[in-house]
Amino acid sequence: MLSKRIIPCLDVRDGKLTKGIKFKGNVDIGDPVEMAKFYYDQGADELVFYDITASSDHRNIMLEVVEKVAGTIFIPFSVGGGIRNLEDMRAVLLAGAEKISVNSAAVKTPEIISQGANAFGNQCVVLGMDVLKVPVSATIPSGYEVVIHGGRKPMGLDALAWAKRGQELGAGEICLNSIDADGTKEGYELELTSLISRAVEIPVIASGGAGRPEHLAEVLTKGSADAALIASMTHYGEYTVKQIKDHLHGAGIAIRRFW
Amino acid sequence: MLAIVDYKAGNLTSVERAVRHLGASCRITDDPGEVDRAERIIFPGVGAAAASMENLHRLGLDKALGRAVHQGKPVLGICVGCQIIFEHSEEGQTPCLGLIPGKVKRFDSSLLTKEQKPIKVPHMGWNQVTWRKSHPVFKGLQNQDQFYFVHSYYPVPQDPEHVLGTTEYGLTFASAVAKGSLAAVQFHAEKSGRAGLVILSNFLSWDGKEV
Repeated sequence: MLSKRIIPCLDVRDGKLTKGIKFKGNVDIGDPVEMAKFYYDQGADELVFYDITASSDHRNIMLEVVEKVAGTIFIPFSVGGGIRNLEDMRAVLLAGAEKISVNSAAVKTPEIISQGANAFGNQCVVLGMDVLKVPVSATIPSGYEVVIHGGRKPMGLDALAWAKRGQELGAGEICLNSIDADGTKEGYELELTSLISRAVEIPVIASGGAGRPEHLAEVLTKGSADAALIASMTHYGEYTVKQIKDHLHGAGIAIRRFW
Repeated sequence: MLAIVDYKAGNLTSVERAVRHLGASCRITDDPGEVDRAERIIFPGVGAAAASMENLHRLGLDKALGRAVHQGKPVLGICVGCQIIFEHSEEGQTPCLGLIPGKVKRFDSSLLTKEQKPIKVPHMGWNQVTWRKSHPVFKGLQNQDQFYFVHSYYPVPQDPEHVLGTTEYGLTFASAVAKGSLAAVQFHAEKSGRAGLVILSNFLSWDGKEV
């Protein structure tokens, strides 16, 4: 049976983790390659690197990070952030990532999804969506609106319609981030995740709000998500990937438990 | 020398990195002469069957692969390299290499999971392989081990003898196959963590014999 995936997400700026990640015993790790190895050994099923490097001069630093990660861990990982065109995608894939995640660029130029899918295959293209709950209106019939630039800019785009459009354009997966739930540690946005996941045939990764293993169990069952993104709950040593997986297994959820 | 066959299908550097990590040297090549001279061959691939077959023909790699298998040289197919070794693929109705009797079919999206939900296509993520027979390339693996899959088509070998491992996804399909000195896996061994590296490592020391 296909397992649900647990995916730690690492934010990288200019080749370094944006916050030094602290584990129990206060070990501070700032190197994304070491962190990737750490999560690989812990049994993460996949990793996401989010490159928040502002200047394009530092892009090749990120590519060096991707290359080092690809030579160190042997599970799939994706890279998102600042990918604007086919050349950016090609560079990241050649450096060793399996997938590229497009978010703002896809909202501005939806064709980037189909171009990427045609050039590299659907499985390479993840549509990242940042979503905010809003009053139901004629423009936003689902009550969920797509926003870009870290949630500051509403786009007048209905999340449900955009998810379906993304699938049509050739995205192989959707990474669905709830801005409302993000950082709360009170659980994923179940209603949104379930709405999108049931409407598309491609896998949906739930993101935003994870604080306890129970939250992952909920979103992978009631939320119908295929995978769950985690960050702070494991970055600061509160939980290990193994503890989360043991909980999910105990809840009867199919999970990869041996690595 | 180990040759990784380059027929312009997808990212071959992942396979190269995994092989190097295991301490072996290898070379990505699209030259049939180099494939002829190699001691062993990995035949990877991500992409469409028709385009893959066209590139193999154009580069003369189809014949080189046939010669290698005929001579009993160890060959490992991965993903699309586990599909176009059969006779025919439903993907673009493509005649393929015919190195193992059988065909390649598409997952029907009306198939249901164990929870009676429609399956998503592609089959993407970690799944188990039930090992049906022992084989030098798959030694040391357990039924609980999981592997990373990304595919919309699956192999259907004609002869059950060639099925080494099976996986459940709406139906039971052959996820590991072998015939003579040719072994192939539908999943990405190079991205399947320790269990995947076990397969690559076994392959690196395999003499091409089935026992």
